[in-house]
Amino acid sequence: MSSSDLAISVRGLSKSYTIRHQEENHITLAEQLLHRARHPLARQERETFWALSNVNFDVRKGEVLGVIGRNGAGKSTLLKLLSRITPPTKGEVRLYGRVGSLLEVGTGFHPELTGRENVYLNGAILGMRMKEIDGRFDEIVAFAGVERFLDTPVKRFSSGMYVRLAFAVAAHLGTEILLVDEVLAVGDNDFQRKCLGKMEDVAAAGRTVLFVSHQLSSIRQICGTALELDKGMIRSEGDVNVVIDDYLSTVATDSVAERSFPSDGRPGTGDLRLRHARLDETKYRTDQEKRATFRIERRAPAAARFYIVVILRSRDGTVVSYCDSRLTDPGWYDPADELEIEVVVSHPWLTAGQYSVDLTLNSYALLDLVEGALGFEVTDDSPYPNPETPEVQVFARVLPNFAVTSRVRSTNAPAR
Amino acid sequence: MVAPSTPAEPRPFLVIRPPRKWAPFNLRELWQFRDLLVRFARRDLTLRYRQTALGVIWVVLQPLLAAGALAFVFGSVAGLSSNGVPYFAFAFAGMLAWNAFSGVLTRMSGSLVGNAQLVSKTFFPRLVLPLSSLGSVLVDFGVSMVMMVVIWPLAGVAPGMSLLTLPIWLVAVLLLSSGFGLLAAALMVPYRDVQYVMPVATQLLLFVSPVGYALSHVPHSARFIYELNPLTGLLEGFRWSLLDIGHLGPFTTIWAFACSAAIFAVGAFAFAHMERRFADVI
Repeated sequence: MSSSDLAISVRGLSKSYTIRHQEENHITLAEQLLHRARHPLARQERETFWALSNVNFDVRKGEVLGVIGRNGAGKSTLLKLLSRITPPTKGEVRLYGRVGSLLEVGTGFHPELTGRENVYLNGAILGMRMKEIDGRFDEIVAFAGVERFLDTPVKRFSSGMYVRLAFAVAAHLGTEILLVDEVLAVGDNDFQRKCLGKMEDVAAAGRTVLFVSHQLSSIRQICGTALELDKGMIRSEGDVNVVIDDYLSTVATDSVAERSFPSDGRPGTGDLRLRHARLDETKYRTDQEKRATFRIERRAPAAARFYIVVILRSRDGTVVSYCDSRLTDPGWYDPADELEIEVVVSHPWLTAGQYSVDLTLNSYALLDLVEGALGFEVTDDSPYPNPETPEVQVFARVLPNFAVTSRVRSTNAPAR
Repeated sequence: MVAPSTPAEPRPFLVIRPPRKWAPFNLRELWQFRDLLVRFARRDLTLRYRQTALGVIWVVLQPLLAAGALAFVFGSVAGLSSNGVPYFAFAFAGMLAWNAFSGVLTRMSGSLVGNAQLVSKTFFPRLVLPLSSLGSVLVDFGVSMVMMVVIWPLAGVAPGMSLLTLPIWLVAVLLLSSGFGLLAAALMVPYRDVQYVMPVATQLLLFVSPVGYALSHVPHSARFIYELNPLTGLLEGFRWSLLDIGHLGPFTTIWAFACSAAIFAVGAFAFAHMERRFADVI
């Protein structure tokens, strides 16, 4: 690789965080002093956690690099370091061009400001000059499809409109390097396709894209190369299909029917947090009903009403079904100190294989996002009266509950 | 595969490394984000009175009510003298300086914690946030100055040549308040205590500074300690400039300027030092 082709060069990049143990997590100074006074001899129990350790890689200009890995593998930390939100502990990053990043949808948006005001504000946050935004304003608005709502405060926007506008601003930035975290998960399918297309265009124009996603099908579609992170280190890198296959080999065995979660270290505001999730089985027959129970803890007294989205993914990351509570009654829930929510999915029938369950809690902002909260297996027994043909498992993602009847119509029916 | 460094190798646009212990501000970068500074300031102004019934009238009403209250308490109830000008004009001039000081202090100190989402999810020079809060304070100051112009003839006061020194006093007040404001903003990120200390401290300061009463009423025995408060010199200077009253003690004045500069430097350095941890801690 000639060095003049380089867009990003990362050498020995490491980032550590110091974690204090739960009981010593005193947020106010008074609490800290009090604790010190009570336990003068206690040693501060601290632990150094390496979110990234000794990461090396290069990205060429015009390359679309997918970054994959499980929760806590260091993907988001990597993007935070590249976009300079937080400094590295060790190592060096060389960037050959300006960086624009879209790490969480609508962070720069203020609910009380109008769509127009927010485009300018968000553009400025991403480092654009006023003139640049002027020049691209129409393009941004057209891409997001919010022309009619430009002078409406964005607090009245639907979450889809929100994402569209936020992505549009970042994608039209014109920076040589674009960092995109898992943000498209919120938009509808049409828009996701549009965004992926836009990222391909960006790369075709010689700019560089780093794309973090759990949707392996999206990664496969737009990325030529990929990087797999595991516990802060690079596990594999190179051709996208090879890396994804390697990644899949590590997740394939995960059937988790019950799990507890810490309240920190996940995306979202954290006003509400998933603390416990449970499935009624680890293995289901194809046509069996699946029952998931989620225990949700209120962490901020002022937490607003929220809705819940449960996403089922097949082994390659494709979204099989998207259960948004707003489609049901009552749809929105009042937070309680501890609230249990049960989600029952009876249709469609799933083909045999491994599935994972993601969960998001949302109000007007993302409150919590848990990827791979649970996992289950669907056994390969057939729900149909006759044995399945092999084609079914190849072509179908879901199995319809269908019937076929026939009736003979005869053209020369005897007259009565 | 580290590329060998040859003379032909292009210079990177940006190199990210672990920060040095005492890194200075990157002023060039701050300049690049000047539009953001303006945007944040405009956002604050737009949002302040959206969904209020009286809207912008509050900008006019607030200092008038405050000066009226001070004039009533110290002038009418306590019966203090005001160096020969109507008490209301006297209090209003003090309020002008005080509002600039406390406005900067309050807005700056909350600017990081109030924008926690932005700090943890986006990159921009962190200094932009506290600096942008100067915008709405300066607008308020401008509006109050216009009211001062109206008050002059009503109170029968004509400002002298000393009015030309007003910008100097204003800059000193802004430096002093920004110094404290930056320090408070940075400290509030790991310690939310600061949030609760600020209103109490500001209120206390209002009464131990000559805002509502003249310095001449402070007993001589307490003068020295009283004048250690840099606001004393600045408030006296403001009143001298606006109403042509009082005498500027050389020690008090020099001390006030020196303090303002020093506190600003301390605040700015503390902010620069703590800046890199903001995203991880907030």
